[in-house]
Amino acid sequence: MSAGTGTIESATDGDRARVRLGGRWDIRGAGGLDRALAAVAPPSNASVVLDLAALETLDTAVAWVLHRHLKRLRRAGHAAEIADARPGPARLLDLVAANDRPIDCHSPRQSSLIAVVAHVGRASFETCGAARRLLGFLGLTTLTMAGTLIRPWRIRWTATISHMERAGLDALPIVGLMSFLIGVVLAYQGADQLRRFGAEIFVVNLIGISILREIGILITAIIIAGRSGSAFTAAIGSMVVREEVDAMRTLALDPMEVLVLPRVVALVLTLPLLAFVSDVMGLLGGGLLAWIALDIAPDQFIQRLGDAVSMWSFWIGIIKAPVFAFLIAMIGCYEGFEVRGSAESVGRHTTKAVVEAIFLVIVVDAAFSILFARLHI
Amino acid sequence: MDDTLVMDDGAEIVIRVRGLTTRFGPQVVHQDLDLDVRRGEVLGVVGGSGSGKSVLLRAIVGLIAPAAGRIALFGEDMAALSPAARRALQARWGVLFQDGALFSSLTVAENVQVPLKEQTRLSPTLIDEITALKIALVGLPPEAALKYPSELSGGMRKRAGLARALALDPEILFLDEPTAGLDPIGAAAFDRLIGDLVRALGLTVFLVTHDLDSLEAICDRIAVLAEKHVLVTGAMDDMLSFDHPWVRAYFHGPRARAARLA
Repeated sequence: MSAGTGTIESATDGDRARVRLGGRWDIRGAGGLDRALAAVAPPSNASVVLDLAALETLDTAVAWVLHRHLKRLRRAGHAAEIADARPGPARLLDLVAANDRPIDCHSPRQSSLIAVVAHVGRASFETCGAARRLLGFLGLTTLTMAGTLIRPWRIRWTATISHMERAGLDALPIVGLMSFLIGVVLAYQGADQLRRFGAEIFVVNLIGISILREIGILITAIIIAGRSGSAFTAAIGSMVVREEVDAMRTLALDPMEVLVLPRVVALVLTLPLLAFVSDVMGLLGGGLLAWIALDIAPDQFIQRLGDAVSMWSFWIGIIKAPVFAFLIAMIGCYEGFEVRGSAESVGRHTTKAVVEAIFLVIVVDAAFSILFARLHI
Repeated sequence: MDDTLVMDDGAEIVIRVRGLTTRFGPQVVHQDLDLDVRRGEVLGVVGGSGSGKSVLLRAIVGLIAPAAGRIALFGEDMAALSPAARRALQARWGVLFQDGALFSSLTVAENVQVPLKEQTRLSPTLIDEITALKIALVGLPPEAALKYPSELSGGMRKRAGLARALALDPEILFLDEPTAGLDPIGAAAFDRLIGDLVRALGLTVFLVTHDLDSLEAICDRIAVLAEKHVLVTGAMDDMLSFDHPWVRAYFHGPRARAARLA
């Protein structure tokens, strides 16, 4: 006799079947009892008596199992009834019978093809809606920024500087380290290829141009999208869930001004600085590898770098930084406001914020490349 | 062993707390707290805000480690049990948290099924049927089964939480302010539901509450938590005659009079 299991015995006598339950039954024995009762298959038209005289205790799960088999036997045309139940079990059986209602526990499943089509349709529809709302949010952010240009005293500098510290200063080590390593890798791979032509020295051009124009700022933007964009969404999303944003509105505070503007301004101001650090660290990494692996001395590297890159290469990287910063901060805040209801929603929108921010950064970077190509710089 | 489980009058003790001290850093919440809960009774725990009612509940169900003292459930010292034995014991009680504490990524039906799927090896059909039974038992409409917690009202979330707490047919039910945040009609209905379930299922209930109507309607005994320990336990009449400023203010205030008249 295992845990939660009482005794069960059944006997058939002509057209009368008798099932006797005894002892203490609970949910741990419910599965076994269900199988045992399912095996009770009396001859047709036989009457079935469920004798509970020896049953001491049961719980609702066991009561339900008894109830469902009584129903099954009655459906099969048997006269099935309970006999000699003690008051406690009898009350529980009545309770279970009174609460027997058809309740679906699973959403109805559609056929897989329709489900796929419906899913694609819903996703496209939602994407269009999200794009429209994002555009609206872009307008709102721009308007708020324009408004504070007219009334600059409305910018919340305390919040802005705190965000600059968290999104900028605290990100310095990781941005620096990543850029340094990318510089090393780039120099190493480039040197490997260029050596075949005896043109190792051109590794300086490769590092200089790629890091200053593209890689420095892209690495920084991607790290900040993952680090700060997600933090913005999570912070604002939690505030939405706890109705803090609604509280702000009732206190005549504009969430755009209190929450969004400090974050956008902070990131727009710090990302160019971070990009500059990234450029320096990337060149340092490349230079170090060039010195160690290719015997290009530092003074030679610097001289060559001066010949290879114009001031424009540097500025092209830095010019993009505020634009990327604006995108990352705006999407982070936007997704925060899109959070609805639950903690799970915060997580989903945080993921979306990072993915969308990185995607848009790369799209806009491509647009910049075309623009600069047209301008011949 | 001094965890004798039977009182002089024959009542079985299912929760025994002795010399409990809990603290958060320097702040002492309970000091030398003793409390007994008998099988089959509904014990209402009252006390001012911050008197440590919910902390006591959390300490008993093992969510907070006490700084000192012993907590025995069904005669077993919780601190001395192996993890496996503790898990087995945990199936014998259910907890309803203040706002239901439903898993937000699961529907109501899936929430109720979590303990059934984790702790039992019943067939999927049987689990679905038992889930439906529990949802009907707590008085939720059938269509609520497929809704997510964020789509439910506060009262329905509490009912769903109760259905999950009752999933494994526990012997003890812990309720943390079940009627807080409900309108008077909803609160009265919830009191009635708990009363009915207690009678039908033979539950022991540890009820943390502020609600004088609940105390009046469903509690057999009341324990007053103040000055870091249990000040007094007893029936409503004992509370009314007990001489302590807080107890007097609580049970003789205007709201208490209204609750008694109701």
